Amino acid sequence: MSANTLANTLAAPAAAADALRPLRILLKETQYELAGRMRTRAYSLSVIGLPVMFYLLFGVANRGKPGALYLVAGYACWGVVSACLFGIGLTLALERAQGWLDLKRASPMPRLAYLGAKVASCAAFGLIITVVLVLLGSSLGGVAITARQAAELAGIAIAGSIPFAAMGFFVAYLVPPSSGPGIINLIYLPLSFASGFWMPVSMLPHWLQMVAPALPTYHLAQIALAAFGMAPAAGMALHWAVLAGFTVLMLAAAWITFLRSEANS
Amino acid sequence: MSMTLPTALAAPAGVLSQGPAAPGTVEASCVATLESAVKRYGKTEALRGLDLTLRRGEVVALLGSNGAGKTTTVRLLLGLISPDSGRVRVLGRDPRAAAARTSIGAMLQVARVPETLLVREHIALFRSYYPHPLAAAEVVARAGLEGLESRRFGELSGGQRQRVLFGLALCGDPDLVFLDEPTVGLDLQSRRRLWEEVRALAARGKSVLLTTHYLEEADALANRVVVIDKGRLLREGTPAEIRHGVSARRIRCVTRLDPHYLSALPSVTSLQRDREAVIIYAERPEEVVRRLLLEDDSLHGLEVSAAPLEDAFLALTGGGAHQTPTGVIP
Repeated sequence: MSANTLANTLAAPAAAADALRPLRILLKETQYELAGRMRTRAYSLSVIGLPVMFYLLFGVANRGKPGALYLVAGYACWGVVSACLFGIGLTLALERAQGWLDLKRASPMPRLAYLGAKVASCAAFGLIITVVLVLLGSSLGGVAITARQAAELAGIAIAGSIPFAAMGFFVAYLVPPSSGPGIINLIYLPLSFASGFWMPVSMLPHWLQMVAPALPTYHLAQIALAAFGMAPAAGMALHWAVLAGFTVLMLAAAWITFLRSEANS
Repeated sequence: MSMTLPTALAAPAGVLSQGPAAPGTVEASCVATLESAVKRYGKTEALRGLDLTLRRGEVVALLGSNGAGKTTTVRLLLGLISPDSGRVRVLGRDPRAAAARTSIGAMLQVARVPETLLVREHIALFRSYYPHPLAAAEVVARAGLEGLESRRFGELSGGQRQRVLFGLALCGDPDLVFLDEPTVGLDLQSRRRLWEEVRALAARGKSVLLTTHYLEEADALANRVVVIDKGRLLREGTPAEIRHGVSARRIRCVTRLDPHYLSALPSVTSLQRDREAVIIYAERPEEVVRRLLLEDDSLHGLEVSAAPLEDAFLALTGGGAHQTPTGVIP
């Protein structure tokens, strides 16, 4: 015991000097996670490219009309959700199945740095998509977006990536990696459609309009649309509360599936 | 090699933490131990009370057939899983504690590594995890990655990928290195080079636990071989001691004598064909050779040798000794 105390005493100055190390690791991890995703064309082209392409088709077709503004907010939400579900749900599932995660876990890498880097990268992609859409909207879309509205939407994209990153963690431990893309499409395409990412919920079939408020994606869309004055500003607290609750639920579900997979590994 | 002050302080502290308790005993030099470790997966018992000790500066080869519990052992020692009962200690700590991992390096069987990162980036990232990492240039040199630093991982050949993984295991300048099947997919030259690096690690006082399917590798590298089977320790000793566990000698020759006759000779334990020749395993090879020479004057290509480590291994694990084709070990 006394020997251990001696070891601790000797190690103490080094520990104090390295108090910032976890933060440095998080930054480095995020830097390379982002670089890796950018270079993975299947990811970056689809996650950024799809909303951009759709905006060029449907946003520009509604040039100068409310629809062009609506789709900036709607497609930004779509981008955030797909960046999270593919960026975490798929990559984490693969890294886990292929043994890469084990190698990282065997190193002294702080787990929170690994998870934090994944969330931060999703937020960064959400931000990029939002900025591109705002630029497209105010140029080719012919709609006026104030700097304040743009900043607000960017903030929503960043904050909104947290609940869906949490969902990504759950999905990563739920889906078999080989069928990952298919299952994730099955989850997020209906969610996007039913939540008003692509068209106002009021244009959807009546039964879907009833279902929509039960979806977390609907609440994200309402918050984003409210930034452009296209949704009632009154219910914001409820929308945020639903997203917060959804985050907790997803993290808990991810934690339970994680523990279950640990027990079998 | 230059040492930063904290490393210089931390190293003797690690020794002290065990030293005063039992100076000069075997315990003092233990870097990793498993004590009656039991691990179950559902109804399958992967480890059934395994004891294992790894000492400072030692290269230990963990041998066993598939499902013997090699990977489970490594995963326990890395703190990736917890034992159902028993105790796991690595460098005096529970390996599940993050602090224990700063002095450990691991090379695991990884099917795929993020392919869009450059070799240099992978090394930079792993180095950032450790308080006192090895210089990047040193990692590159030891793993034989010169000229590959700016290549994407996805562009590398299988052998080059293995070398990157070996390099990642060295990033933290670890005292204890776990190598799970390190030379799978390596060409002969790369394998020899990696062997040199493993020996260099041991020469610097580092400890290495390696699992391998190449018994030649265990023979060439290990101070001690630990053979496990069905989650239990079967035998441990130097490669020579393990080999001596099999008393039969190996006789290879080209002869026209009938195999049935040969297998009936005194002390012959088994027999197999190897292309145009036969391989005879016998407890008293001299008697057998005398009879062979006497009865077949056309006999040629005669070789008598100790049974290779592989045979000892197969005999120990009951994997059908002498039934496998020869030629794996020259």
